[in-house]
Amino acid sequence: MKARNNRIEIREEKQFFLFTSPWLLGFLIFTLYPMGYSIYLVFTDMDMTGSGQFVGFDNIVRAFTQDPLFYRSLLNTLYFVLVSVPASLLMSFLIALLLNQKIKGVGFFRTSFYIPYITSGVAVTLLWGWIFNAQFGFINYFLSLFGITGPNWLSDTKWAMPAIIIMGIWTIGNSIIITLAGLQDIPEALYESAEIDGASSLVKITQITLPLITPTLYFNLVMGIIGGFQIFMQPYILTEGGPSYSTYTYMMHIYNSGFKYNEMGYASTLAWLLFVVIMIITLIVNRTSRHWVYYDN
Amino acid sequence: MEAYYKSKKTSGRIKVSLSYVILTIIAVVFIFPFIWMLSTAFKIPSEAYTLPPKIIPETFTWDNFIQGWQYADFTRYTWNTLIVTGLATIGTVLSASFVAYGFARFKSRYSGLLFTVVLATMMLPSQVTLVPTYLLFTKLGWLDTLMPLIVPSFFGGGAFNIFLLRQFFKTIPKDLDEAAYIDGANAFQIYYKILLPAIKPALITVGLMSITFHWNDYMSPLIYLNSDQNFTLAIGLQFFQNSFGSSQIQMLMAVSLITVIPVLILFFIGQRYFIQGITMTGIKG
Repeated sequence: MKARNNRIEIREEKQFFLFTSPWLLGFLIFTLYPMGYSIYLVFTDMDMTGSGQFVGFDNIVRAFTQDPLFYRSLLNTLYFVLVSVPASLLMSFLIALLLNQKIKGVGFFRTSFYIPYITSGVAVTLLWGWIFNAQFGFINYFLSLFGITGPNWLSDTKWAMPAIIIMGIWTIGNSIIITLAGLQDIPEALYESAEIDGASSLVKITQITLPLITPTLYFNLVMGIIGGFQIFMQPYILTEGGPSYSTYTYMMHIYNSGFKYNEMGYASTLAWLLFVVIMIITLIVNRTSRHWVYYDN
Repeated sequence: MEAYYKSKKTSGRIKVSLSYVILTIIAVVFIFPFIWMLSTAFKIPSEAYTLPPKIIPETFTWDNFIQGWQYADFTRYTWNTLIVTGLATIGTVLSASFVAYGFARFKSRYSGLLFTVVLATMMLPSQVTLVPTYLLFTKLGWLDTLMPLIVPSFFGGGAFNIFLLRQFFKTIPKDLDEAAYIDGANAFQIYYKILLPAIKPALITVGLMSITFHWNDYMSPLIYLNSDQNFTLAIGLQFFQNSFGSSQIQMLMAVSLITVIPVLILFFIGQRYFIQGITMTGIKG
């Protein structure tokens, strides 16, 4: 009997590895090997052809002491993350709250909010370039209706990043739907018993909805941070990082270092430093989450 | 008591109407850019730059679509994008479901550990592997071909998709497999003939999300493609813009519109599956 069990176990083990083999191979070729190689690259001055020499800690020293664009791009990216992530979180929570009521036409609204997310590619980025056009764009025309002279959005160092943030907030459809799914998981009975106790809407939101939705908000927050640090396409197409590096993001610095200036070693160094930054911030958020994320069990 | 309920009903009605008003305003803000795109695409050049802007063009023209499309080899870009999107999606759906089946149905001493690794890779920013992957594809001679955009999809189809499909497989009772097994089916037949049809909605979800991802993808084509004949729509559009700036905005909007429409049509057809996929994003521990 034992031998038979062993046979079955061995067969299961074999089948497990047979079916997971595409992923296993992919993991080895496209994740593990590149990760290892990328650590090695940090200590070399490798170029695109793959030739280079060992340079020790030069790349890391260079990032911290000789590369003003390292700090500049990091700060720009932090600015983007610090404004767009909380704003997106708040907006998607409020919209999801409105959608979670018993109203007709939820499907229509859900669709309207989701479409920007699903289409967010180059075409839609170009569209925003036109909307932000200082002279003929719609935003400045709209502002002019209220007697406000709009800025030269994309060519003004103060306004270029806010413009990219606005475009980012426009694509929150995904987190709206995740939040809505979270809201719909809250048992109706909780609200009913609160109602019997005479709780007001505000009390219901702050005492029931908010605590119970915190795991979803936490998920959106972490995904928002990870995604936010990788912002690239929008500023690259709209402003190419300008004017005077005001929208030059960290990801652009990695791209330029590697693929424009042909410094693969340095680009890898920057990538790992970004990874460390994201890890540290995610860990801090995770630490604080104990105090504000509510868990059932 | 009755008065209490009545006043409650009225206040509820006011609340709902107010919600409608706010939601409608926000929905208009979300949709408006597309209306703006649509309107600009049909304007004659002089009208595209008039203030105050008109939503409905006074002179309605199709020229922007025809001229814009012919200005660069957009037919070629579309073809390339279709090849990449189509093949990468086939790879994603096939390999993610294959691997997910392995994780959902077969026990191994390593299955727990390896599944944790799958989840961990979702957290790793892609930049970290960007440069070595590029060097690898260079060595393989795949630079300036569509291969780097297609081939990786066949190796597991992405951690998130594996995770999602595994969840779906787990909702199907194992008795079904066992009955088929007794009838003489092997593991592959069970996967192909019984489980795949059973999770069809999930496969459609993964397929749709893969299509929109690859259709819109900008970073990979930017890195791997150099010559005009290999461009995808994303890169073609950007080059189109670089040669015009905003001086031919009506043409730029017309071409942009054409490239957005397939995604929109797909979304309207598969709406239910998109929402399902997003909702399943797996936040319920």
